[in-house]
Amino acid sequence: MEPDPSTSWYPVARSDDLPLRHVFQGELLGRELAIWRADDGFVNVWENRCLHRGVRLSIGLNEGRELRCQYHGWRYANRTAGCTYIPAHPADAPARVICNVTFPAVERYGLVWTCDSPGGVAPGDGPPVLAALEAAAPLGLRNLPVNAEPSTVLDELAAYAFVPTGLLAQRTAHDRPVAGSATLGTEELGAEVSVTDRGHSWIELTARMGEAASRVVLFVQPVDSARSVVRGVLAGGADGADGADGAGVHSPERDQMAVLRHHHRELSRLRDAIEDRAARRPSPVPMTPRLQQVRLRPAESALEHDRRDGGRRTGLRVSVARRWDTADAIVAFELRQLDGLLPTPRPGAHIDVELPNGLVRQYSLVNGPGETDRYLIGVKREPASRGGSACLHDTVIVGDVLAISEPRNNFPLRRDSFRTILIAGGIGITPLLSMAQALHWSGHTYELHYFAQSAGHVAFTEILDSLGPDVTTHLGLDPSGTGSVLTRLLSDPEDGGHVYVCGPGPMLDATRNTATTAGWPDHAVHFEYFTNATEIDSSSSFEVELARSALTLPVPAGSSIMDVLRANGVAVASSCEQGACGTCLTAVIAGEPDHQDVYLNASERRAGDRMAICVSRSRSPRLVLDI
Amino acid sequence: MAVSDTATMGTPSCTDPVALHEWYPISALVEITPGLVHRTQLLGGAISYTRTPGGSRPVVWPSGGEASGAEVDGLAVDHQLPVRVKFGYVWTTLGRPEHELFDIAECDEADRRIQNGGSIMVATSAPRAIENFLDMGHFPYVHTGILGAEPRTEVLEYDVEVTDEEILATRCLFFQPQAALSASDGQMTEYVYRVPHPYCVMLYKSVPTDASRMDVIALFCQPMTEERVRAHNFLCMVDAVNSDTALKRFQQLIFGQDKPILENQSPRRLPLDPRAETPIRADKSSISYRRWLSAKGLTYAVIPATAPSPTPAPTPAPTRSS
Repeated sequence: MEPDPSTSWYPVARSDDLPLRHVFQGELLGRELAIWRADDGFVNVWENRCLHRGVRLSIGLNEGRELRCQYHGWRYANRTAGCTYIPAHPADAPARVICNVTFPAVERYGLVWTCDSPGGVAPGDGPPVLAALEAAAPLGLRNLPVNAEPSTVLDELAAYAFVPTGLLAQRTAHDRPVAGSATLGTEELGAEVSVTDRGHSWIELTARMGEAASRVVLFVQPVDSARSVVRGVLAGGADGADGADGAGVHSPERDQMAVLRHHHRELSRLRDAIEDRAARRPSPVPMTPRLQQVRLRPAESALEHDRRDGGRRTGLRVSVARRWDTADAIVAFELRQLDGLLPTPRPGAHIDVELPNGLVRQYSLVNGPGETDRYLIGVKREPASRGGSACLHDTVIVGDVLAISEPRNNFPLRRDSFRTILIAGGIGITPLLSMAQALHWSGHTYELHYFAQSAGHVAFTEILDSLGPDVTTHLGLDPSGTGSVLTRLLSDPEDGGHVYVCGPGPMLDATRNTATTAGWPDHAVHFEYFTNATEIDSSSSFEVELARSALTLPVPAGSSIMDVLRANGVAVASSCEQGACGTCLTAVIAGEPDHQDVYLNASERRAGDRMAICVSRSRSPRLVLDI
Repeated sequence: MAVSDTATMGTPSCTDPVALHEWYPISALVEITPGLVHRTQLLGGAISYTRTPGGSRPVVWPSGGEASGAEVDGLAVDHQLPVRVKFGYVWTTLGRPEHELFDIAECDEADRRIQNGGSIMVATSAPRAIENFLDMGHFPYVHTGILGAEPRTEVLEYDVEVTDEEILATRCLFFQPQAALSASDGQMTEYVYRVPHPYCVMLYKSVPTDASRMDVIALFCQPMTEERVRAHNFLCMVDAVNSDTALKRFQQLIFGQDKPILENQSPRRLPLDPRAETPIRADKSSISYRRWLSAKGLTYAVIPATAPSPTPAPTPAPTRSS
């Protein structure tokens, strides 16, 4: 019976086919694969086409943490294959569903294994575990492409004849060129070879000659219906000490070469015979693997900015893998998903964390590019904590399970700037740290200025150290000292330059004012408030008309627009629900918004065409929203 | 599946009426040696062409047994296919088009430098080549330092108008380090793109030395098969300084950068299903182009939207045994 290809593991490359920063082109069951190792060692096996325009990713750039497509520079993250940046639209974060097709990957016996299971979920127990290859360091033979049907190739490999390793080694030790000789065949040497084990895509053979014995396992990679690659692994390496009662002779590299040559010559000879027979049979129809359709619904945009997701949802479950004090009163948490992969983090993104006490709080991700197996957050204990930071600090320990939302990005990073200035105050370092790492690892010029009370208040020093000279810390400055540094940093507004700032409210206000005074345009100054410190005035009452839903609803004093919409069954996206994060921004068609958020800047407020419906209200009796 | 080129020699494999009843370029007129047989392929079928002894009239016919380079008297050829000479190219058809070829008004201006910038075979479908020509987002990555450069990668909002006759994309702005051979500095360049034919596209871009005029560069695609195209690069420039060779070389440098990208796209035929690939706002013109082809009912060299999921066309492996 044919094995189910979606749960069967096959080798598709050798581990040493993946040198530093290379992308290897592989193929399995008619499907092309782009195989690359990230700098953290993870092996990625992806469908070999960029989901934008179908260009082969094997001609892309392995940047160590991300793979960049050659055609339009789209970046895909290590491990998740999530798209992290679309250069044609620098201001927008790519939608979360923009994700390449991944396949599971395991390295074993010097080979990279995968199975035809799009989505990357590893089925079953993984690649075969073979006692012969577990015993001692196995030696990978040269792989051999064979133009014949994989099942036939497997059957015909039973006829493979070779000489036990120990004998080859002995003979070379005596300077008799056995393996290099074209005339001396296996038959003449008289080895007895038998099939000692076999699986659905591999065969184990043992050669015996007198006292000497050695085992080889031949794996068949089904490339297509009429093409195979035979990947051989010799038990016990070149010294033959594989535990199969062989006479091992320890000898240097020359033996290894002799052994490899012997197998290559014998396998090539067998290959020619297999191909001759295959050429006389009718060629089978090539395989037609199904291409995944993109996961966008029709008319949906690939850019997050254009999309509207549902409300605040904490649907992911993560466990606290590590927590440590990263600075005075700041605890870092490393969160790992219980199973599967976390959605791809992007610079500037935050998650909602549902705390054991029921509160929901937002924390920026500190992750650098390609760090996709965990989320890293930094939590500062707020003296006036309403129970959020105190709960995390005091009660959450390693092993605890938390519910979090998918990352949301209302503070996206442009990468089309000749000069990027990142300014952080205190715990405001967290989103800027992910931005700095993204810019650093993709070779963009930037500067990060980190204002903190003292050296003891500087968080994530190990990451800061990895960034090198582009980081400047400014310690122990009072407000006027901070002000003069800001004035100096922002003194030279540059065409095409961008400023990103995050920190305590007063420092953020000071930075924005300094930038405006210096002549930076509003659109070049990006900021993120952690909280909205302004007192919300919800005393007004008015009517909202929902243009697309054809609904008109009264908003009474004391209720927000968002409350009213939800009470009437209209789903709206939100996160902080206090006018700080910008998730609920909604287009205004008519009426005059009464802005009470801290997300929009002065010119955006004046334009009056978007509003944060969680806190902002209406100055006019009627407000028409594009919902 | 793709039909192999050799299997269809002499008989056109194309049954798509939209593609059949259309005009196609097969060669620049000046590149045809009078009295000798030239051979090429159109819509999967082999065709031959020549010029009559005086050199005046091109003659095109479905290939018989004649060899390329053999002598032939064009006047004596039976079964001649319809022919037009326009923009310096010979155009023919395997069907009976009810329409004439589109016009390019700039060709009538006296000081225009008009020439074939090169006829280059590419292992992809004609619509993939057209779509690449319509695309600005790849400039910084594929034409680095010439038509684009990082970090100036943004594709600004532009307008697209679609009629039955053509697609027109206007207000297309992109930062270019060296927009043309005659450009000395980086500049925001404005483009207009026009698609008046399923397999022909042209762009109009401001002349670096005279902002009031537009250079015209076109790609006229000859679909040899569904997955193989000969791209004729048409140049109609305002440039009083550079030689013809220099202008040609610049165009070939640009197209030479596109070719390997096009040949690494999978599938080769253009998928018309909107969910087959991932469009973004910058792809507005290509989204319109795919819809426009769908609306015409074109099936040749595309994967129609209703077809089952496409399969990538893997590069055929060399067959050692045959």
